[in-house]
Amino acid sequence: MNRFARMWDSDIAWSFRHSPVAIVATVVALIIILAAVLAPWIAPYNPFDSRSLNLMDGFTPPNVPNQFTGNTYLMGTDNQGRDIFSTILYGARISLFVGFAAVVFAMVLGIGLGLLAGWRGGWVDSLLMRIADVQLSFPSILIALLIFGVARGFIPPSMREEVAIWVLIVSIGLSDWVQYARVVRGAAMVEKSKEYVQAARVIGVHPARIVLRHILPNVMGPVLVIATIGLALAIIAEATLSFLGVGVPPTQPSLGTLIRIGQQYLFSGEWWILLFPSIALLLLALSVNLLGDWLRDALNPRLR
Amino acid sequence: MTDALLSVRNLRVEFPTRRGVLTAIDDVSFDIMPGEVLGVVGESGAGKSLTGAAIIGLLEPPGRIAGGEILLKGQRIDNLGAEAMRRIRGKRIGMVFQDPLTSLNPIYTVAQQLIETIRTHADISEGEARKRAVALLDRVGIPAAARRIDDYPHHFSGGMRQRVVIALALCAEPELVIADEPTTALDVSVQSQIIDLIKEICAERGAAVMLITHDMGVIAETADRVAVLYSGRLAEIGPVTQVITAPEHPYTVGLMGSIPTLTQDHARLVAIPGAMPRLNAIPQGCAFNPRCERAFDRCFTERPEPLPRGDRRRVACWLYDEVATAGQEKAHV
Amino acid sequence: MLAYIIRRIAQSVLVMLVVALVSFALFRFVGDPINSMVGQEATIADRELLRDQLGLNDPFLSQFATFVVRAAQGNFGISYRLQQPVMELILSRLPATLELALVSGILAFVFGVGFGVYTALRRNGWLSNTIMTVSLIGVSLPTFLIGVLLIWIFAVELQWLPSFGRGDVVNVGGWPTGLLTPSGRASLVLPAITLGLYQMTLIMRLVRAEMLEVLRTDYIKFARARGLSNRAVNFGHALKNTMVPVITITGLQLGSIIAFAIITETVFQWPGVGALFINSVRFVDVPVMAAYLMLIALVFVIINLIVDLLYYAVDPRLRVDRAATRH
Repeated sequence: MNRFARMWDSDIAWSFRHSPVAIVATVVALIIILAAVLAPWIAPYNPFDSRSLNLMDGFTPPNVPNQFTGNTYLMGTDNQGRDIFSTILYGARISLFVGFAAVVFAMVLGIGLGLLAGWRGGWVDSLLMRIADVQLSFPSILIALLIFGVARGFIPPSMREEVAIWVLIVSIGLSDWVQYARVVRGAAMVEKSKEYVQAARVIGVHPARIVLRHILPNVMGPVLVIATIGLALAIIAEATLSFLGVGVPPTQPSLGTLIRIGQQYLFSGEWWILLFPSIALLLLALSVNLLGDWLRDALNPRLR
Repeated sequence: MTDALLSVRNLRVEFPTRRGVLTAIDDVSFDIMPGEVLGVVGESGAGKSLTGAAIIGLLEPPGRIAGGEILLKGQRIDNLGAEAMRRIRGKRIGMVFQDPLTSLNPIYTVAQQLIETIRTHADISEGEARKRAVALLDRVGIPAAARRIDDYPHHFSGGMRQRVVIALALCAEPELVIADEPTTALDVSVQSQIIDLIKEICAERGAAVMLITHDMGVIAETADRVAVLYSGRLAEIGPVTQVITAPEHPYTVGLMGSIPTLTQDHARLVAIPGAMPRLNAIPQGCAFNPRCERAFDRCFTERPEPLPRGDRRRVACWLYDEVATAGQEKAHV
Repeated sequence: MLAYIIRRIAQSVLVMLVVALVSFALFRFVGDPINSMVGQEATIADRELLRDQLGLNDPFLSQFATFVVRAAQGNFGISYRLQQPVMELILSRLPATLELALVSGILAFVFGVGFGVYTALRRNGWLSNTIMTVSLIGVSLPTFLIGVLLIWIFAVELQWLPSFGRGDVVNVGGWPTGLLTPSGRASLVLPAITLGLYQMTLIMRLVRAEMLEVLRTDYIKFARARGLSNRAVNFGHALKNTMVPVITITGLQLGSIIAFAIITETVFQWPGVGALFINSVRFVDVPVMAAYLMLIALVFVIINLIVDLLYYAVDPRLRVDRAATRH
């Protein structure tokens, strides 16, 4: 059987094919991701281009021509005249970008530190694990906020907008590296004491090689689960920070920002500003989370 | 037979899995007389523990009894409702598990666990239950029982803990005790003590024992009769001395040959070539045929039924179907 | 036992010192305190004078020591933004947050354990599956979104409950509580649900997972084999064993509720320390940020300590000293 056929026939693939939840979740997630990536091409307007915005277009209900400009918007416009549909697409794009980048950052950092701790042991391990323990007991949102605040203090106001996204990525990533580190450290310690590793060391194989070829493949399963759930958490974190006003800059609204604006105008009746971004965020977070959940169950031999 | 305490007839245990139904126990029948010690022997995966679990009604889903009957003193117990079965457990059938380390709840004292069990099955006061518990603990060989009864499980050593487990299994005075590998997790020095204890204490109470183990030595010392399981099927069953000194099923022969003894002189131990087949790959006909030196055509097509071979002895092997194979055997050699 | 307590307290003090260091570093190095305090017209000479007066030119360690001493007395200086003593600000807003945290914590625990046990015992019923699905949504929905949607449904559309603020508050011995007035209680409902929902789903999933693990153990099997009733097995044995790790983790969650309050307070304009903190991040009001950090750390450390001691009391296996004196 060739590799593809074997993969198709494997337990994971079987479980996937027979779990309607996993299939639906993946499809939904893929649609959103695709739409977000292709935003510049599918979106009818570019909401990030402040010069193209017309305040008179603001507060237009969905599918109803604006009383001043006569423009029609699929999901209406927000208070600044941005087309909600386009903003959702562009916003999702940012959310996904930040999410993925933060996860990659956390993964690289976590795996790196985990390998270091597990391989070296001794005081390096103790120190890192102490830090990890302390950090774990604080909610990640707090850590992200703190890092954001500190970064803000150092960056002059003029540069804040440009750097905002990167600060966001770093702060979310830094708040989430611990789980990867723990898993990898555990695996590293287990493998380290195995005989083939000791043999390799005696021969003089470079530790990096041992680590990469033997330890890393063993942890990819759990790391993948953590990463998927981590992605959902990162997306939610970004939305939350943007909602609180400390995330993306106001001229580049993400889903969180839109929801914030939406809340402000709830009482005055412009419900569409809140509804559509909420649904979009919910679908995105839910589908990624479901996928992560299913993945974890599928990879856990004990639950079968 | 109507005097049998436990009667297992054509028991079939199945596990529905995504890739099809696995038959873990296939048409197994045997009886246990009151006060008798039946050893159930076989490799890992042969179905011994499952048989015990099926009898006491603790099969883990998705496993289920798919056929046959289990009778306790002539009454069916395999089809009872949950509550009725619960009342039988402990009171009429007791069970001892393998690992004393994990069999006891770590956050309750031994006293609490004993008293709870005693009072579940007998309507007596706590003081009275405690008295019985201390007496029982003393009987199983725990020194200073009255004081140690208030200790937690982790305060006892492995062997002591298994004694506590035995006390717990017997405190409601069951008629049948199923012991599933009771000594496998213990030090060798302690094993024989525990086995002796089980045998004595059950004999005192007139309780029958179904001793599940993979250790033939234990069976030889303790059991009255022995049943040999292979791939979920009964290979051979009979009085212990007969089966051990004159085994008939080729698998049993192989088992005996692979046990080192002090008395006999073995040039080398005989290992049975090959391995027991996986549940989803059981060959047609006799399950042992790939590994059997004496297999012939019939063995590959028809599954052998247990054939009577004397007083309460049966062997599931076509070699012993004297009527049909008499001629064939001579031709085959 | 005493040695254990002393050791734990020593550890806690160490952690607090480390946090103090971080706080202090924040205080000292993020932004320029001088710039935030004087206007733009102040001359360089004036700034230098101020810097000296404030002790900003002293060696690092002495500044840190001063900081720690002052912090222990509750003196965190003056908020850049609001020009009021930080401690005063925090203390005035703390009761609001604590009340909210307590109410939602209790709700989360009660419902979390209840649902967790139910879905563990009735694994495959339709109600269990529904609860599990809803719980998944609960975990996927960001807290702020839950809050906003709740406001929409219950405050805007149905108009049953207020959408912001604390309602009327009664002073009980210096503690302003909203529990004694109808409007206070009504105002508490939506924020408490919002804050508690995430915690509830976490606790529920934890209890369920733990209980399922426990139900699979040998001692549960043995308990069943002894004919113990379902009730005795599920609640007397399984649940009690489950609660041991659950209590630990739930206790730790309590601390994070206080931190999560940041979001809920922002959504509902609840006058608590969380909202104060967010604004301080936005405006880089360092004294407030530093003080909040220390406060949260203190809360966490105390909770951790209590939980550790509780664990010790509940799980007999940890009481090594008693066993050692036996055989």
